[in-house]
Amino acid sequence: MSAQFLQFLFAGLTVGAIYALAGLGYALVYSASGVINFAQGQFVMLGAMATVGLLGAGLPYFAAVPVAIIITIVVGMLAEKLAVRPAHGSSIVTLIVITLGVGELIKGSVQVVLDRSTHTLPSIGGGGTVDIAGAFISTQGLWVIGVTFLCVLLVGYFLNSTLTGKAMRAVSCNRLAAQLVGIKPDRMLLMSFAISAALGAIGGILITPISFISYDSGTMIGLKGFVAAALGGLGNAPGAIVGGLVLGLLESFTAGYISSAYKDAVAFILIILVFFVTPNGLFGAKSSERV
Amino acid sequence: MSGDTYRVAGLILALIAAYFVIPDAFVMDLWIRIMLISVVVIGLNLLFGYTGQISLGHAGFIGIGSYGSAIMTAHLQIHPVLGLLAMAVATGFFAYLIARPILSLKGHHLAMATLGIGVIVTIVLNNETAWTGGSDGLVVEPLRLFGGPIYDGGQWYVIAAGMLVVVVWGALNLVRSPAGRALRAIHGSEIAAQVAGIDVSALKVRIFALSAILASVVGSLEAHYLGFISPGTAGFGRSILLMTMVVVGGMGSVFGSILGAAILLLLPQVLAAVSVWETAAFGIVLVATMIFMPRGLVPTIGSLVRRRAR
Repeated sequence: MSAQFLQFLFAGLTVGAIYALAGLGYALVYSASGVINFAQGQFVMLGAMATVGLLGAGLPYFAAVPVAIIITIVVGMLAEKLAVRPAHGSSIVTLIVITLGVGELIKGSVQVVLDRSTHTLPSIGGGGTVDIAGAFISTQGLWVIGVTFLCVLLVGYFLNSTLTGKAMRAVSCNRLAAQLVGIKPDRMLLMSFAISAALGAIGGILITPISFISYDSGTMIGLKGFVAAALGGLGNAPGAIVGGLVLGLLESFTAGYISSAYKDAVAFILIILVFFVTPNGLFGAKSSERV
Repeated sequence: MSGDTYRVAGLILALIAAYFVIPDAFVMDLWIRIMLISVVVIGLNLLFGYTGQISLGHAGFIGIGSYGSAIMTAHLQIHPVLGLLAMAVATGFFAYLIARPILSLKGHHLAMATLGIGVIVTIVLNNETAWTGGSDGLVVEPLRLFGGPIYDGGQWYVIAAGMLVVVVWGALNLVRSPAGRALRAIHGSEIAAQVAGIDVSALKVRIFALSAILASVVGSLEAHYLGFISPGTAGFGRSILLMTMVVVGGMGSVFGSILGAAILLLLPQVLAAVSVWETAAFGIVLVATMIFMPRGLVPTIGSLVRRRAR
């Protein structure tokens, strides 16, 4: 393997990890409610921008990060309570417009409360690069991959081994049956919004030292997270993670070997091609229409 | 005369009356843009409101029409009207080609695929700088009719209003025809429609192509009218705005489409009062409308009026 190949591989995994985190957020909310939360990308942006703002206000890094994540979680929960829940049972498009509206509100507020310029954040542990087999790899990239891995493990543990996590999966299997055994679906939906907001915020804070952030960068990240989730089969959490990583790698190799101008198009060309072959995504369950 | 004939006659009278009431060039410009975009929204309403097929990428077709016309008139010295027609045919053909595989998707998958088409168009417009000028945009030559260039707002008003009337009349007729009933049947249940003998995929493909052609024609006109275009014209944000116009005005309502277009183009003027909070306020308005009037304005108000009358 050439050093260049390694470099692209690593860059792809780094950005893929962020798509995976955003995609996981989509998957959690979708499986809890059948809602595609188009505000997910704005959670990513909000987490990063809130950290920027708190650092600017004089908070140290280790305090700013958790506060920013909590702010994003609160915003996510408010979005569920005030915007998504009142529209329960509406059509797909109504819910899409609602979550987009929430996204616009977040974007518009950040732009006023903070500012409209592009920011970066300090790398964890001071930054720098390490030399792996001739490829120069940023330590921040290692942090991104490491923390993402940790987050995925935690979410996996939560869903598979805790009572609340199991209740959440029960709701996604069969809402009515879950209700009958005493699970409150609304609380599960609220929780899925909180978790996906947290995942988004963490992703945003991690990637900002590498790719910068501004109030309007959330939309593209969000759309790619959606692609990641759809690639893995909507509502399939492990699928979303694989989808995110695959997307990141393809983007990175396209930028490196083919054309950097068209790297943003990769996600959308890929998803359309995948849908033509298998309409339910790579790992999606087969669905049938009821008449 | 049927109710539709009265409605179209009413629209024509209202448009004529509005022409004489419009106070200045600013309001005139706003109305021309509302009428142009209404045509796209009516097409999208036929696709989404009536047939139930979501598209989050329709601004892409506007962009194809805009840039196609701009490039053909500037680089190839083609007459603007010919350019507009050529782009309508080209966009229709393109939409026809992609429609069959795309429209076999449903729900969120269809949303994702159409969104993807729109985003890809925007990325191409941003990157092919030699032809499109990239993010700097492109200056477009004026429309030429009867030998001379058209700059005058009044003339544009007549063009836009004429087109709107024809499209409204056509859409109302389509909706009442057997094809229109078939479209609504598809919305209800595709399998049931198929069982009833409707060629579901052929109809979906045709209505998709029709809505794309309308978007392309408006894109061409808009490019000549504004004299300047940028990739944002085809952007994801604009696709969402079009969809929002359909939903706010009223799904499955031709006149609702015009109202939705008017409200969402006028909203920024109103929200300018809250200046920096404009984007945030726009978000709140979207959410509130969807929660309190999920069926859109015209159907909601219509059923309120009917309840009063009883």
